[in-house]
Amino acid sequence: MTATTVTLKIDGLEVTVPEGTTILKAAKDNGIIIPTLCNLEGLSPYGGCRLCLVEISGSPKLFPACITPVSSGMEVTTQSERLTEYRKMAVQMLLAERTHICSVCVANDHCELQSLANQLGVDHVLFERNWTRLEIDSSHDFLVIDRNRCILCTRCLRVCDEIEGVHTLDLKLRGKDAQVIMDLDEHWGNSCSCTSCRKCAKVCPVGAIYIEGEPVSHTKHKDIAEFITERRQRKWKQ
Amino acid sequence: MNLADIQKIAEQEVDFERAYKYRINVCCSSGCVPLGAFKVLKAFEEAVKEFGVEKECKVAKTGCVGTCSVGPAVIIEPGDYLYQNVTPEKVREIVRDHIVLGLPVKSMLYGNPAFFKKQHRLVLRNAGKIDPSRIQDYIAMGGYSAIVKCLATMTPQGIIYEVATSKLRGRGGAGFPTGQKWSLVARAHGKPKYIVANLDEGDPGVFANRTLAEADPHAILEGMLIAAYAIGAEKGYLYIRSEYPLAIQTLQKAIAQAKSLSLLGDNVLETGFKFDVELRFGAGAFVAGEETAILASVEGRRAMPRPRPPYPANSGLWGKPTLIQNVETLANIPIIIQNGGAWFSKIGTPRCTGTKCFSLTGKTNNPGLIEVPMGITLREVVFDIGGGVPEGRKFKAVLVGGPSGGCLPDALLDLPIDYDSLTRVGAIMGSGGIVVLDDHSCMVDTAKFFTEFCVDESCGRCTPCRAGLIRVKEVFDNLTQGNARMEDITTLEKASSYIRDASLCGLGQTAPNPVLTTLRYFRDEYVEHIRDKTCRAGKCFKKEERGATP
Repeated sequence: MTATTVTLKIDGLEVTVPEGTTILKAAKDNGIIIPTLCNLEGLSPYGGCRLCLVEISGSPKLFPACITPVSSGMEVTTQSERLTEYRKMAVQMLLAERTHICSVCVANDHCELQSLANQLGVDHVLFERNWTRLEIDSSHDFLVIDRNRCILCTRCLRVCDEIEGVHTLDLKLRGKDAQVIMDLDEHWGNSCSCTSCRKCAKVCPVGAIYIEGEPVSHTKHKDIAEFITERRQRKWKQ
Repeated sequence: MNLADIQKIAEQEVDFERAYKYRINVCCSSGCVPLGAFKVLKAFEEAVKEFGVEKECKVAKTGCVGTCSVGPAVIIEPGDYLYQNVTPEKVREIVRDHIVLGLPVKSMLYGNPAFFKKQHRLVLRNAGKIDPSRIQDYIAMGGYSAIVKCLATMTPQGIIYEVATSKLRGRGGAGFPTGQKWSLVARAHGKPKYIVANLDEGDPGVFANRTLAEADPHAILEGMLIAAYAIGAEKGYLYIRSEYPLAIQTLQKAIAQAKSLSLLGDNVLETGFKFDVELRFGAGAFVAGEETAILASVEGRRAMPRPRPPYPANSGLWGKPTLIQNVETLANIPIIIQNGGAWFSKIGTPRCTGTKCFSLTGKTNNPGLIEVPMGITLREVVFDIGGGVPEGRKFKAVLVGGPSGGCLPDALLDLPIDYDSLTRVGAIMGSGGIVVLDDHSCMVDTAKFFTEFCVDESCGRCTPCRAGLIRVKEVFDNLTQGNARMEDITTLEKASSYIRDASLCGLGQTAPNPVLTTLRYFRDEYVEHIRDKTCRAGKCFKKEERGATP
């Protein structure tokens, strides 16, 4: 079976990819990296972090690359002055939203938000920081959640629901008050559905969910979702 | 029940009405009930008996006539005499003079004929005229004749063609052409197809959809029926806020009545067409009115918008093709079918046809619910229909489109109201709220108020809306407390344009509108707040009580 292909231009580079591919995947397969925080290969797209926004010529709007499918003749720009400024703005807003202090964070040096800030050259935050004091839950045997470091990318929710299939994690409240909770807002240690599979800690882009007494560099393993999904789809020969 | 029986009910009802010389319509809508409309209704029933004219007078409880500031309102037909501020004590006098002696009580009549003069009532055609709890009233006014016409003589394609000819655009705010939407859903693959009628009107100060549901619920149901027949749907959901108890009650009754006349159900009017409507209640989230969030909520999930594509026309409720329409759009459909799309397209402007309901509130002499043709100017709405600003104060701005609308100054008052003109100046049609502000309102404070509203109502999915709006609100806190610096204006502009361009759904994309428009048209007030630390309207810089907190 041969899938139909689509040819488009990304940053001037002509690429040919199967129909239905997202711009993000098409760019990645051709060596163009578009920054993302919420997207993770193997999980359903979320479109929340708005870092992967790209310009498509002919439209004044911005499109999230993680969701927008490619179409023939499309001309995509992934780097421009406006996009860089907007990405910087997004990172600054995320940094200001809760309590992010790199020097005392478990994920220091292994944090996707931190490295993104470095890449984009965010050297200060335009806004006043909002030092939150949300609950830290360490009631689980080894999993800890520090909601003050959470950027609400919901990777943990999706990996728990779609890969592990238990849906222990979900959100409560809305807007700036939204928080990740376990079951019906139980303490993690009392959660009866959690299988302690650690996948949430593996995919967390920041230091919000981590394993007690284990270096984050060891825990983080964000390819897990892609790996399991592909294995389930039997993409490889036995 | 079959097609001819509807005609029979209409004839019977007209004969029945003819037996009465007078009809007393007491408004029992959400605006008038707290002012004692039910007591007035009871007083009329008693007074009519007391004077022995109950054979000549029909006392009916109806929906809103629009004059919500002078409730309880009572209309006596024939002649459409509108009595304002009726109390149970005044009822005897009205019945004695108007009904028995035939002399309308001039001193109690509504004194603002201009309020109705420039209005054009299509959607609200029956509001205040029929008893919403009786389906016969609606049928007597020609109701359900459009669905009869559709089922008897029209093909689904013919209906879509008629709607497309009318150039009707969605009344939910974005103004997508309705005919185009219908043909997208009709052509989409997948069965069953669904219809979702959106009655989740969460904006502060907006009550147009609620009033429509309370005054004429069957118009919405008939619109849904026609839409269902045209696109081939079998099931419809009417999503309504649980904060609208009276509207819910009215709709529940209306659905039950429509079922009993087999207008809804497995075999609509014995034609083999199947359609059923179910009510779904919102839990008070503003964002649930967004197209994709409403789908999540109907499915029973957290009301969070999702990115499009896929569009609901192809993959909506449970992944099936779904038509989502505002109830006001649906209420337009029966009249388009009855009178033809070409007739409808002549109303309003060539690009924006028809009428639009607005809730006129704020500093205006005649607040209430109005329906005006598209293309009417803001000046006509504010000064002719609204009667200007009360207490001799000066008009300052008008906020069009609810919390995500724009504040427009008097220089823009001659702007015609239609989707495109409003978007051009930074406002939106939105859900149809017009708030008039006088020189007692501070524009910085107004923008702050609406930003706070959007901060509370953001769902938390995307970064700009969740993490950005709160920062904008903080800048406003500084502005109104005298801690702001000139750079903050740039910060506001930068952050607002980012939120507008980068947000996922309509809520975030339009939330900075009040900020951007006030910065555009009232920039000097921002400068005054920062440089001189003064507020023209005297709203800001009030010392906050700092008692117990250290």
